[in-house]
Amino acid sequence: MVSDANVTSLADAATPRSKARSSGARRHLVGAMLLGLFLTFQMLPIYWLVRMSLMKPADIMASADFLPKAPSFDNYMTIFTDPTWYNTYINSLTYVILNSIISLSVALPAAYAFSRYKFIGDKHVFFWLFTNRMAPPAVFLLPFFQLYSAVGLFDTPFAVALAHCLFNVPLAVWILEGFMSGVPKEIDETAYVDGYSFPRFFITIFLPLIRAGIGVTAFFCFMFSWIELLLARTLTSVEAKPIVVAMTRAVSASGLDWGLLAAAGVLTILPGMAVIWFVRNYIAKGFALGRV
Amino acid sequence: MNKIEDNRAWFLILPVVLLVAFSAVVPLMTVVNYSVQDIFGPHQRAFIGVEWFREMLRDPDVQASFVRQILFSVIILAIEIPLGVLVALGLPRKGWKSSLAIVLLAIPLLVPFNVVGTIWQVYARPEIGLLGSTVNALGIPYNYTADGISAWVTIVAMDVWHWTPLVALLAFAGLRSIPDAYYQAARIDAASRLAVFRYIELPKMRSVLTIAILLRFMDSFMIYTEPFVVTGGGPGSATTFLSIRLVNMAVGQFDLGPAAAFSLMYFLVILLVSYVFYTILQRINAS
Repeated sequence: MVSDANVTSLADAATPRSKARSSGARRHLVGAMLLGLFLTFQMLPIYWLVRMSLMKPADIMASADFLPKAPSFDNYMTIFTDPTWYNTYINSLTYVILNSIISLSVALPAAYAFSRYKFIGDKHVFFWLFTNRMAPPAVFLLPFFQLYSAVGLFDTPFAVALAHCLFNVPLAVWILEGFMSGVPKEIDETAYVDGYSFPRFFITIFLPLIRAGIGVTAFFCFMFSWIELLLARTLTSVEAKPIVVAMTRAVSASGLDWGLLAAAGVLTILPGMAVIWFVRNYIAKGFALGRV
Repeated sequence: MNKIEDNRAWFLILPVVLLVAFSAVVPLMTVVNYSVQDIFGPHQRAFIGVEWFREMLRDPDVQASFVRQILFSVIILAIEIPLGVLVALGLPRKGWKSSLAIVLLAIPLLVPFNVVGTIWQVYARPEIGLLGSTVNALGIPYNYTADGISAWVTIVAMDVWHWTPLVALLAFAGLRSIPDAYYQAARIDAASRLAVFRYIELPKMRSVLTIAILLRFMDSFMIYTEPFVVTGGGPGSATTFLSIRLVNMAVGQFDLGPAAAFSLMYFLVILLVSYVFYTILQRINAS
């Protein structure tokens, strides 16, 4: 590749256009190498986790060889056959899906209001919502525990789903507002002139127009709820224990079964990877809160 | 976009306001309540005003974690923002290579916080981790459980691993919104790579980079799970950041009053800094 670029640049050095092209090729190469390097840095720790998940604890503790020793799927089998493990997986999915549904259904109308209307206190409410995204979960630990115990939701998926609304709802409003602002207002006006009521317009015309935004928002709610530990740990004990918590307790109880822990870890990454493929074209825009 | 003035829009945001009021305002008021009282038992408490706040401000441990926290956030921003932009510049703009690179980049973002900690805890161990054994094989003394500097390097590397993709994806979203015509014009003018970056790409990335700085500041300032799993705040208290200190105080020692006062001041700092960024962001969007 390098020599190729040099040859072309020597051969056509006379014209400025080809000079631009060859420097472009070199720039491409540097960029690609940097990206490759960075992706390697990103993948090695993941590989290490996968490697561990295929090994026995004794072998894990024995060496740092690059390839796994005596690889097997035993750790995964343990998780899939032991209800105390796979139930925690189901518990996690329950509150995460619950949270995504709640967040989306309240955020959709609100985002529409923020993107289309001016009203008393709109900027203040928006910033206030946004401050909740910034609140350190550690601050809310004790009050949440007391609040959800008081209303009888402690150790149910609802408690975690509602608690995660604290950061997911503001985020959902923010992303959706960005996507909605990209839809021309003339569409709303035409629909109203044509005699559509607001709910009918909103559901049959407007929502399909921003389905990419809804998909991305759902993904983000899913992701941020799925990866959170502190609140999920505080608000559950036995019945609704999520997988991430099961992992921390496995550490203290069974004397560090790294192989099992790694297998559980790999399993926590899979759902996100399954979902991300569907939103890959919009995810960059979603991270930019729908604002590009 | 010209917005219509209509106060009935409040009905549309009412569900959000109620939900967030339930899950944020009620707990926050509890914290305020604790912060001004001394609690001896279930029904014994006394109003003591700002005494806890004063005590927390003077507490050397709290001061030390605050300095540590600022240092951490500054290092994180100084590394992740330029690195993220560089990675975004290297990303292919279209096609399956672009999709694949984006999906690979996003993987660390999907890993639960404690699993991130678990991965790095092993990955950086000198005897059984790839990173730890490689660094030691190079002749550099490195042991994050015993040495403060190593612990910091580990935590910073972990955060760079975890969150640089976020910055890269944001910057990439900004880059992708630049029409090809801009680059063609730059080529006709024979603009240097640096000039293209400085006058075309950077201005287009301004608003997304502000979001990136805002998100990275906030999240690095309230980091808890990852360092807690890897170092537990140690060795000593070398990596005890604000959230770790706070959780130790609230759950470990059950010091409700001081913890509440600490919480409020902690939240206030984040609020102030974020308000500054938020205002900048509003101004960029308006222009």
